[in-house]
Amino acid sequence: MPQERSRLPVPVVVVVVLGLLVSGFLFVRSPQPPHVEVAAERLFTIGSFPITNTILTAWIVVLFLVVLFRLATRTMRLVPTGLQNLAEALVEALLNFCVGVAGDKNGRRFFALVGTIFLFVLTSNWMGLLPGVGTIGLWMEKDHHEVLAPLFRSASTDLNMTLTLALYSVIATQIFGARTLGIRQYASKYINLKGGFIGFYVGLLEFLAEVAKLISFSFRLFGNIFAGEILLGVVSFLVPFVAAIPFYGLEVFVGFVQALVFAALTLIFMTIAVSGHGEEHHAGEHESAPHAAQVEAAASH
Amino acid sequence: MPAEGLRELAVAIAIAVGAIGPALGIGNLAGRAMEALGRNPEAEPAIRLNMILGLAFAEAIAIYALVVALIIKFV
Repeated sequence: MPQERSRLPVPVVVVVVLGLLVSGFLFVRSPQPPHVEVAAERLFTIGSFPITNTILTAWIVVLFLVVLFRLATRTMRLVPTGLQNLAEALVEALLNFCVGVAGDKNGRRFFALVGTIFLFVLTSNWMGLLPGVGTIGLWMEKDHHEVLAPLFRSASTDLNMTLTLALYSVIATQIFGARTLGIRQYASKYINLKGGFIGFYVGLLEFLAEVAKLISFSFRLFGNIFAGEILLGVVSFLVPFVAAIPFYGLEVFVGFVQALVFAALTLIFMTIAVSGHGEEHHAGEHESAPHAAQVEAAASH
Repeated sequence: MPAEGLRELAVAIAIAVGAIGPALGIGNLAGRAMEALGRNPEAEPAIRLNMILGLAFAEAIAIYALVVALIIKFV
């Protein structure tokens, strides 16, 4: 059935795909599978401080975001156009998301951190998908082998970066909780001497849960993005050019979802931390979120 | 069996066994979400958000297995 929308005739597409496949297998395909390096490669050192390719990319991400929003807000108008429009739509969507989960007052408090985490993680996830990132680099000596150390590598594929973000998220959660409920009441969540042995044990478990959060935050982001890069590398090694395209789309989606998950979990944990526990729950009810109970149920799974 | 072969086997087993639980969990979760969507289509945004969060929790377990497999393989 002929369709009006499709511009390219099917035979042309088939010929192009076959041509790419054949030329890929004949000329491009490398004899061995891609080299995988878990730790970020060290490019050079400033003093005793090593500069890895992931740090370099993280700086570029920061620079990109700062310049983008600087340009967007340089000539502010009441009725936004162009770049300002894009930036406002982005920030407004994030703010609505925060307010929708945490309620108006708390949503605005958490928005700065949650929005920053989302934008930074999203940009650095997608940075790794740009052509040239991970492929252009310097040849370096390692264990008597010449290996290619990429000049740029997505910051999310470095466990140091994801662990740092997780630390920020968890520590900020404690600070928000302590400032809202007061230090004494918030600390009684972890060190519970009134509830007897069981209360003390539950407090210990609460503390362990915070440590587990660190591990799951950092490994989730690192694992997803790192595995995605290996996946793309291996697939384009097996079948050059063509087979990687659907996986590329998948990785764009995964990059977005992981950024959303990191930001949303931070938001939810903060919402839980400021809403108190057990019988204290009713005291703070008038200012707690409309969806807090529902969200808490979702997060406890 | 040579040590290198055992290593390869360990990698395969780590990710294969580690993927079973999350696979069951994600299937169950998405199925329940579809069920909820069928019952209450207006609640689609809330269901979708909570589903994606739940998926991320379940999938994180598979990612731990993957990280362990990668560490066995490459470190």
